[in-house]
Amino acid sequence: MTTQATAEKSAASASVPKQIQEYIIEVVSDSGEGAQKCGQTFGSVSGKMGNGVWTVEIIPAEIQPPARSPAGASGIRIRLGSKYVTNMGDEADIVVAFNEQVLYSRIVNGAYKAGTVLLLENKWATDPQPEIQKQYADAVAEFREHGLIVHELAIEEECLKIVKNPRKGKNMFVLGMLCRMFSRDVQLALDEISATFARKGPKVIKPNHDLFNAGYEYAAENIEYYYEIKPESEVGAKPTVVTNGNTAIGLGVMASGMDLVSMYPITPATSASHYLADVYHLVGGFVHQAEDEIAACAFAIGSSYAGKTACTITSGPGMALKSELLGLAVMGEIPLVVVDVQRGGPSTGLPTKIEQGDLLSTMYGMPGDAPKVIMAPATISECFHYVITARKLAEAFRTPVFILTDANLATGVQPYDRPEVSEEWLAAPIDQSAWDKNVPPYDWDENTGLSPRPIPGQPGGEYVLTGLAHTTRSKVAYDSETNQLSCQHRSRKMAALAGTLKKPDVYGDPEGDILVVGWGSTMGAIEEAVDRLRDEGHKVSSLHLRFLSPMEPGLKEIFGKFKKVMTVEVNYSDDPNGPLITEENRRYAQLAILLRAHTLLDVDCWSVVYGAPLQPGIIHDAVLGRLEKLN
Amino acid sequence: MFGLKGDWSLDVHERYFTIGDYAGGEARWCPGCGDHGVLTTVHRVCRDAQIPPEQTVAVSGIGCSSRLPHYMSTYGFHGLHGRALPIAQGIKSRRPELDVWVATGDGDCFSIGGCHWLHAIRYNMDMTVLVFDNAIYGLTKKQTSPTSPMGLKTNTHPTGSILPAMNPLTVTLGITNVSFVAQVVDWNPPMLYETIKAAHQHRGTSFVRIIQRCPVFVDGVFGEFQDDPSRLLLLHHENGIPVDENIARMFKTQREHDPSNMSAARDIAEDESLMPVGLLYHNPDAPVYNDMSSLGRDMSDEQKVAGINKALDAFAI
Repeated sequence: MTTQATAEKSAASASVPKQIQEYIIEVVSDSGEGAQKCGQTFGSVSGKMGNGVWTVEIIPAEIQPPARSPAGASGIRIRLGSKYVTNMGDEADIVVAFNEQVLYSRIVNGAYKAGTVLLLENKWATDPQPEIQKQYADAVAEFREHGLIVHELAIEEECLKIVKNPRKGKNMFVLGMLCRMFSRDVQLALDEISATFARKGPKVIKPNHDLFNAGYEYAAENIEYYYEIKPESEVGAKPTVVTNGNTAIGLGVMASGMDLVSMYPITPATSASHYLADVYHLVGGFVHQAEDEIAACAFAIGSSYAGKTACTITSGPGMALKSELLGLAVMGEIPLVVVDVQRGGPSTGLPTKIEQGDLLSTMYGMPGDAPKVIMAPATISECFHYVITARKLAEAFRTPVFILTDANLATGVQPYDRPEVSEEWLAAPIDQSAWDKNVPPYDWDENTGLSPRPIPGQPGGEYVLTGLAHTTRSKVAYDSETNQLSCQHRSRKMAALAGTLKKPDVYGDPEGDILVVGWGSTMGAIEEAVDRLRDEGHKVSSLHLRFLSPMEPGLKEIFGKFKKVMTVEVNYSDDPNGPLITEENRRYAQLAILLRAHTLLDVDCWSVVYGAPLQPGIIHDAVLGRLEKLN
Repeated sequence: MFGLKGDWSLDVHERYFTIGDYAGGEARWCPGCGDHGVLTTVHRVCRDAQIPPEQTVAVSGIGCSSRLPHYMSTYGFHGLHGRALPIAQGIKSRRPELDVWVATGDGDCFSIGGCHWLHAIRYNMDMTVLVFDNAIYGLTKKQTSPTSPMGLKTNTHPTGSILPAMNPLTVTLGITNVSFVAQVVDWNPPMLYETIKAAHQHRGTSFVRIIQRCPVFVDGVFGEFQDDPSRLLLLHHENGIPVDENIARMFKTQREHDPSNMSAARDIAEDESLMPVGLLYHNPDAPVYNDMSSLGRDMSDEQKVAGINKALDAFAI
């Protein structure tokens, strides 16, 4: 279909938008062309209109990969719904692309289906380089073969009527197009643009408004797709905020009363610290950028030892470097909050992509027995609230607490209920009263392993914290009895915490054929897959764990009501049908390994390491495959 | 708040601390180890400063010298190999009122903790850093350290160490924002005392390299300097380490050196034919990191809640 044909067709298009329930939109470009800004603004406007929204960024590993590079796609996906949206969904319904090459990696990732509408910048068709003309023509033919419905649009040509350099500004034109196509509130969008460029002033705001309006007009005249997605919930019914998961972590750190974050730059964790560096002064906090990951952890431990529980935010490789110090925090019983925004591993792995690969290394990746608390938020709102809980648990149980998020939560943007901030969330002032000299620094309670902690400045509490085996008085001790006893007490704290946890709720019926167990960012996709399976008449339910150490109680009983239990995770496990794989040598996914040991039940698993968030469709198919074998 | 502060200053005046208030358990270093003398000097300097033991924190890494906190009756943190400095920095970051000491060794500071050493000098947080340099790994039993002289026979280099020794003074003096660099030998107790005292009084990271004998593994490694005192170079100046006649009499080779003169300090550090003793460099005005990292500590809960709400407002829809 040529541009002209599109125009002819759309001239006949309806002037009344078609009502739909949900839609998945992607905008992809070369790095630096602003596709993400376009999508974020679109998502924000939609959130303000009361729609369910989930946005996820498509990020290349390089800052400026070569232009028109098939692997260099930079962009954003927005899933827009009438209802609350919990995940990125399956294939996109429509994609706007600034060049054809960046689409290849998306196609490889299964982002599109036959019938996906592609609105493609057409300037490459007449590029001065014949090679590029050919690439473009070949790609368009190939996309059509794949079943994509391709429309070639003169986006750049239109932008040139307004600005000299359309590379900066094309994104606002596309934003205008999308706002018309999906009946977005124009004033809200213009206000968002003004806010984005507020620091740069009217000289920058004006052309961006012009580009937006031109895009809007262009779509009205030339594009046949015209929809309306009415929000189910009433706008403004509940105070709402919209952030990504890393920002939510940053806000949670502030609301937890922790006033020190010690970090070293690492993708995809760093944006949480960037955010804090911008706003931490509002609560008197400080971001310390250390010389390396090890120092970042040591610095946080020092602060915690001195009375102010601190936080360190990192990703897998950083966790590996910190592990000796994390063992020290366990041994010395130092409260500490560690956020691991997981990415693909091992080694440097996939820095910008999602994986849930650090569960076992967090749990066991230290010498000796190092019991600790591990939590995994499943939503962006939980990213906020879990930091507050983590700080309290760290202090009450005198232990490091780990929060495992991932690249999907880190960059996913979703509206959620605005937290009602309470002074009770903040840390108490440091105790500087006299310490009873008769109470040793590790006065372990026989039943719980818990003990109060002297803080420097408390007269009478002077002790030397050591990473060596030590007595209740923190005196170095190498004898058998002391070591056995102190290990026992540190472990007992986990049992004490487990005793306070609630039995988790099953999503769906409490009994059936298959129970799908997940953790972390996959909850929305798993539950959507379960909904589809149940709609199809299958007896499938799911369970999502938030505490991984200690485990939430009652799992064996819950599991016992299903014919089969399987985890769905984003980390590597062997395909049971793969060559050489037997029941004896099959390597399971990480939560599955833990659950098998924990429950002594034959917990199965399905997991992949595509570096992409799990889609409901792929989970649906995987569980269906297991169901077929079951019956 | 007034009541608390009033009580506190009253308390300070009424309490007097003796050496016994800073000294802890019996030191378990080998007989003849230079560490003993450094420890008693630290106790004396603490006593002189009269900072309450509960406000004092001794931090260390791993190694013989890093046992020092166990022999103090103040707060202490016997951390991990190489990590004393960032732990000490964390302690100081939000509690600048605490008096922080760091005990580290040539392996702990110059080898496994090398990266932290460079950056600690640059952060210039207010703490007293004592490097016990005996040119050997002691606790792990005689391995080559970065400052082992070339040719020294050790368990890792039985035919003699193969690299020239590192010069920690030139390295330290090369780091931006360095504010206090001194060197002293453990076998001169009066000079040791004056040097550690001056280091403790400096506001910033005071780096003191203590040439310290290990009679068990490398007896005589500094023998040339002990046998021929003229090889020791005493640095004196009105802004340097206070040197009285008794001390001055012990040094045959002396030189007046203004510790604000960086280029002279580097020349002195580079000349390895003489072992300088005294203050090589001092800049009392270098920016101190804990002045920045401790900002905002006085904020009330009410202000914090308002701050968090302001941050949330930016994302409200």
